[in-house]
Amino acid sequence: MRTFVLNLIAHRLLIAGLTLLIVSFAVFFATAMLPGDTASILLGQAATPEAVAGLRAAMHLDEPAVFRFFRWLAGLARGDLGTSYVNNVAVADLIGGRFVNTMRLAGITTLIAVPVALTLGITSAMFRGSIYDRIVTILTIGVISVPEFMIATSAVLVFSVYLKWLPALSFANEVTSFWQVLKVYAMPVITLAFVVSAQMIRMTRAAVIDTINTPYLEAALLKGASRPRAVLYHALPNAVGPIANAIALSLSYLVGGVIIVETIFNYPGVAKLMVDGVSTRDLPLIQSCAIIFCIGYLALITLADIVAILANPRLR
Amino acid sequence: MTLSTPFSSKVSYSFSWVGMVGLAIIVFWAVIALAAPHIIPYPIGEIVDEDYFGPMSSKLLLGSDYLGRDMLSRLMMGARYTVGISLAAVCIACFTGTALGMAAAVIGGWFDTILSRFLDALNSIPSKLSGLVVAAAIGSSINVLIVMLAVIYTPGAYRFARALAVNVNTMDYITVARTRGESILYIIFSEILPNIIGPLLADFGIRFVFITLLLSGLSFLGLGVQPPYADWGALVHENISGLPFGAPAVIVPSLAIASLTISVNLLIDNLPKKIRDRSA
Amino acid sequence: MENLVEIRGLKVEATTDSGRRLDIIKGVDLDIAPGEIVALIGESGSGKTTIALTLMGYTRTGCRISGGSIHVAGKDMVTLSERQRAMIRGREISYVPQSAAAAFNPTKRIIDQVVEVTHIHKLLPPAEARQKAISLFKALSLPNPEQIGDRYPHQVSGGQLQRLAAAMALISDPKLVIFDEPTTALDVTTQIEVLRAFKSVMKKSGIAGVYVSHDLAVVAQIADRILVLRNGEVQEVGSTETILNDAKHPYTRELLSAFEPKPRGDQLDLAAEAKPLLEINALTAGYGPLQEDGLPLVRAVQEASITVQKGRNLGIIGESGCGKSTLARSIAGILPASSGKLTLDGRQLAPSARQRSREQLRELQIVFQHADTSLNPAKSIEDILGRPLTFYHGMKGSQRSTRIDQLLDMVQLPKALRSRTPAELSGGQKQRVNFARALAAEPKIILCDEITSALDTVVAAAVIDLLKELQRELALSYIFISHDLSVVEAICDEIVVMYHGKKVEQITPAISKIPQHPYSQLLFSSVPKLDPNWLDSLERDPELVKAYAHA
Repeated sequence: MRTFVLNLIAHRLLIAGLTLLIVSFAVFFATAMLPGDTASILLGQAATPEAVAGLRAAMHLDEPAVFRFFRWLAGLARGDLGTSYVNNVAVADLIGGRFVNTMRLAGITTLIAVPVALTLGITSAMFRGSIYDRIVTILTIGVISVPEFMIATSAVLVFSVYLKWLPALSFANEVTSFWQVLKVYAMPVITLAFVVSAQMIRMTRAAVIDTINTPYLEAALLKGASRPRAVLYHALPNAVGPIANAIALSLSYLVGGVIIVETIFNYPGVAKLMVDGVSTRDLPLIQSCAIIFCIGYLALITLADIVAILANPRLR
Repeated sequence: MTLSTPFSSKVSYSFSWVGMVGLAIIVFWAVIALAAPHIIPYPIGEIVDEDYFGPMSSKLLLGSDYLGRDMLSRLMMGARYTVGISLAAVCIACFTGTALGMAAAVIGGWFDTILSRFLDALNSIPSKLSGLVVAAAIGSSINVLIVMLAVIYTPGAYRFARALAVNVNTMDYITVARTRGESILYIIFSEILPNIIGPLLADFGIRFVFITLLLSGLSFLGLGVQPPYADWGALVHENISGLPFGAPAVIVPSLAIASLTISVNLLIDNLPKKIRDRSA
Repeated sequence: MENLVEIRGLKVEATTDSGRRLDIIKGVDLDIAPGEIVALIGESGSGKTTIALTLMGYTRTGCRISGGSIHVAGKDMVTLSERQRAMIRGREISYVPQSAAAAFNPTKRIIDQVVEVTHIHKLLPPAEARQKAISLFKALSLPNPEQIGDRYPHQVSGGQLQRLAAAMALISDPKLVIFDEPTTALDVTTQIEVLRAFKSVMKKSGIAGVYVSHDLAVVAQIADRILVLRNGEVQEVGSTETILNDAKHPYTRELLSAFEPKPRGDQLDLAAEAKPLLEINALTAGYGPLQEDGLPLVRAVQEASITVQKGRNLGIIGESGCGKSTLARSIAGILPASSGKLTLDGRQLAPSARQRSREQLRELQIVFQHADTSLNPAKSIEDILGRPLTFYHGMKGSQRSTRIDQLLDMVQLPKALRSRTPAELSGGQKQRVNFARALAAEPKIILCDEITSALDTVVAAAVIDLLKELQRELALSYIFISHDLSVVEAICDEIVVMYHGKKVEQITPAISKIPQHPYSQLLFSSVPKLDPNWLDSLERDPELVKAYAHA
């Protein structure tokens, strides 16, 4: 049995690796499809043909795309993310500190969103059909149906325009006191937590309801178990796999949310860097950022699958 | 013993009022999108207010934007882009995804394995990220946007249709058709499709919402619909500096997006069970 | 003596998907004396499970008790609060479900689930509860009573789980136990052990019981009294003796006569020369990756050789997992055989249906057990029957339409059903359409895979009669696959017994009715009879049971 589970997990990791390869391939070729010649765009209209040819050779642009892909991939593996087209700085240096900022934002959001969402998701499933459940359901549908920037702008309208508690749309760099930290992070975190937990509540609720509609739950009720006991003792252990999946899949909404939130609140993270890179068409930077986000996303999904495998009693 | 009511299937397609409201709002925006050029009060490029971010008034029902242009006219024209681009993209995505998904379920074997692996891999690129990469690489003309949105959401449509078709494919009536000697095309279109069309339509609606949200998000970042055109996301983008004053120019386009997407969700959630879960 | 249970004028109302309300239980009265076992018998939809569950004050989603009273040990379950009901559930009344496999929580050890009742109602300290569970396991003759509780539900067999579910129901010393078709999902050889265990424990402890079942013969072994239900109404109540020997109500008589199908009417003309129609030669089929010898890893059927003669019927009988359905699927070419030869009317058949010609496919038709999944819910009956007519015979327009009417007529269905969809038909009607579709191809042989198993007894008997009649008219041959010996005996000239993927024996009832092989003997002797003393007087060789029954 043990080796069987280990095989399953190894298989899952193999698929993740394969997926990453396909994803990096897709990212590389999407950016390599740039219409027009990168070298002449970089040097501008006044460049001499010799200068363009020189740059092309230096950037290996005259090689077939497949070669460049593997050269780029090998670089990634060594931690060499290439050099920014725009200011000739190593991409790794540009990303460095900002990566930590983004992780901090994501981490704080997760710490807040997961407990809140699990509590709301499980309780609304437990009291399915009650007024409490309906309110939770309507709110989550509402949050899921609107774009992230609307939640961010609503937060600004409420907290800084009307209540004047927090500064609007600006990220103070000189953070000295705890209150300032709180003020700085409050709005991005509130926005992200809303986006992420709405998904999580919905999926958790669905997962728990699926296990509530089973004969063994009816059997528990017919043994005289109360509804909370039936749900907590009998349904939840069976819902661990699906709930882990719900958490991981919802956290992957962080990626989309972070892009909007960092931009709107001017937060110095990787996503903001990437959005700025798009307007300057800084391809090495964009490729690296994209791969970082994809790895994060894949890691979460793979983790969820592994938890689901470990939670399955039939494989124990 | 489960309770069976064999003659209860001729139910009236009764609609809840929530679903009706959703449908009404969708129809409202569709009419606006179609009729916009004929009913806008001012040309969208014309500066009609000396003040920028003007408040709502009887002259300018939704106030003015950051240049003093009429917000109502710009919002109505924006409907054309938001609804039009999303609709075009969702049609392409659902058509391609469904066709491939049903084929994979019925043909099975290597065809299914390779296609599923590949599309699942594409699906594991977060959608906004794909949007950024494509916008950086190719730019964002309206045609590029439509194709990009369609490509991003095809794997999801594929996965959904395949899952439904795989379920139906295990039914004995499919085995009966196979042992009768029927062709794959007959099995797909005559035996499977009629049984999954309801859930597929619901998925179409949900995917429309996803696409609208992604398009709006990209436009909000300034990477979607480009001037001189503007969809609702772009309207929020260009007027974001009005946010500290709570200007209607920032709030109204957001509300327009929300009204459309929430309506679609409400409509789908309140569809008669018979249409929604036909395959169950 | 005061009755333990008194139900008066019970009404249960159900709300359909379309929001319509209808009464599914229409005023039922029921009395149970302490220590008495009462059986609720009826076909699907008769409301027998619904009534049993109301004894615990419980109704399934969409249903509610709309009238009447249910007094159990002096308390009216209808008027109690949900909290008070929970106090009674599991302690005074307990429940043994139809499928213990589904009713055990897959993530918890069995013992924890068995003793949970004592924990919820604070009846016994954990150590004592465990001891009591083990003694119940012993009483229910479960193997390894000390250790079996430490396993997870998926690690024990179906027959064991069913007995463990009974232990779970008995641990609180309830006054009343509800058995909901507790042996229906089991094989006949297993069923006997489980029934015996139930009966001895119930008689010894003097607990009253409600036994819900569709099977009169099973009920006859265990019940003191029988209540016959139909469409939520009581048809007849009486002691087991009276119901079996002196039934008054026509419906009860119908049930009884359906239970003993008429013997094969036309005697087999043994003098007539037998011409082989379908020859199956050393067929091996299965699942999983191919091994070095070119055979699959799991061989569900091994080296089976069977011949079906023209105009005669062959029955294939065996318990779950014996390979009979796999055999049917490889004959039909759905699961290509990995070795062996198939010959239909002198011409060899390719292993896979894809490689067979349209004519070969037409000549051999297969009909599946579940009409629900065999008929496309999105099509009308007309389209379902019309397709093979167009596909095989190129029929169109009025010719096709006439033929559809003829087919409906052949299976004794009204023509008005043409425009309906399968969901609007009853189970028996659906199975007739399913069969008519096979007839539309005008085949030489029809493979019937458990086609009466999902039907109620009375409906199944009518379908069997229909099949016999059609065979006489159309000169067909059937291969009839079933786990139900009485069905096979009713229609087949020859019977093949399968066990563990192998053909054990072939019996021709017309020549000698007595099976020779020990497994066949065990199987044939395990089929319950309508005699209340059958179970008690049945003697089985324990060695044989150990060797062949998967209890």
